[in-house]
Amino acid sequence: MLLITCPWCGPRDETEYHYGGQAHVPYPENPAELDDRQWAEYVFYRDNHKGPFAERWMHSTGCRRWFNVLRDTVSYEVLAVYRLDEPCPALSQAGGNP
Amino acid sequence: MAEPTTIDAGADAGTGPVALRTSPLAHLEERMRAAAVTGARGVALSELPFVTMVNLRVGPASEAAGRIERALGAPLPQECGHTTASGSHTVVWLGPDEWLVLSRDAAPAVAADLREALGADPGSVVDVSANRTTLELSGPAARQVLEKGCPLDLHSRAFAPGRAVSTTVGPVPVLLWQVDGVPTYRLLPRSSFADYLARWLIDAMTEFGSPELP
Repeated sequence: MLLITCPWCGPRDETEYHYGGQAHVPYPENPAELDDRQWAEYVFYRDNHKGPFAERWMHSTGCRRWFNVLRDTVSYEVLAVYRLDEPCPALSQAGGNP
Repeated sequence: MAEPTTIDAGADAGTGPVALRTSPLAHLEERMRAAAVTGARGVALSELPFVTMVNLRVGPASEAAGRIERALGAPLPQECGHTTASGSHTVVWLGPDEWLVLSRDAAPAVAADLREALGADPGSVVDVSANRTTLELSGPAARQVLEKGCPLDLHSRAFAPGRAVSTTVGPVPVLLWQVDGVPTYRLLPRSSFADYLARWLIDAMTEFGSPELP
């Protein structure tokens, strides 16, 4: 069981959250100009990164807000939690699970 | 606010839609009463039907929020878990820009007051009284009953009277509000989950009717 710290509600069990996939995937500036392959890559293709990975979570049974989590996909350690309007923290600054 | 909450239906009591409505747990009233346990491990379950609930969304530091606070007579709580109360209203934090106003006053009047205070500013005031119902779980063993299915730390070092949070009890999302130190909890599940949650709680209460095993 992961213990994830919601930026608004504090530490809660993983069962209160929903996973939202990789974070920081920008919407294409001109989606109409994309060919099918580029559109498919935007919609479906995600990194399968080993190590620290920025991903989106939503506190679905709490405050129902989306936020970002930096999680180590090997150890499952939650390295950092930050709001959508905050930049991804540099790893050197990330402490343990706050 | 431990006394049963009733709605002042005013002159319309006895007629019209207010008199015709049935609470989501009316059919389990007898079962809930029969499940009550007395004594040192006592715990009792009941429904407080038809509590007025108004969902409020507004920028937390906006002018409209100030007007709404004056209309309510209470500040909007700014942190998860906090509640504020004034007269017949209790305001519960739901999110950084979202609150639930619980009240013993009639829903149309509360919603109209808040809507007038919001004015044309960005935000919303919605009467959601039918969205949830209220279960009251009270007694020395109430915390042990909830701890069977709630992931939250309900010990008095972390949770106390006057605190309310959205969480889960069993598989059911609820707004969990502790009203006093008996302890008495109010659980606000969606109406369609109320039947399941009441049966879940009745089942969880059963063991406290027997002597504690060493």
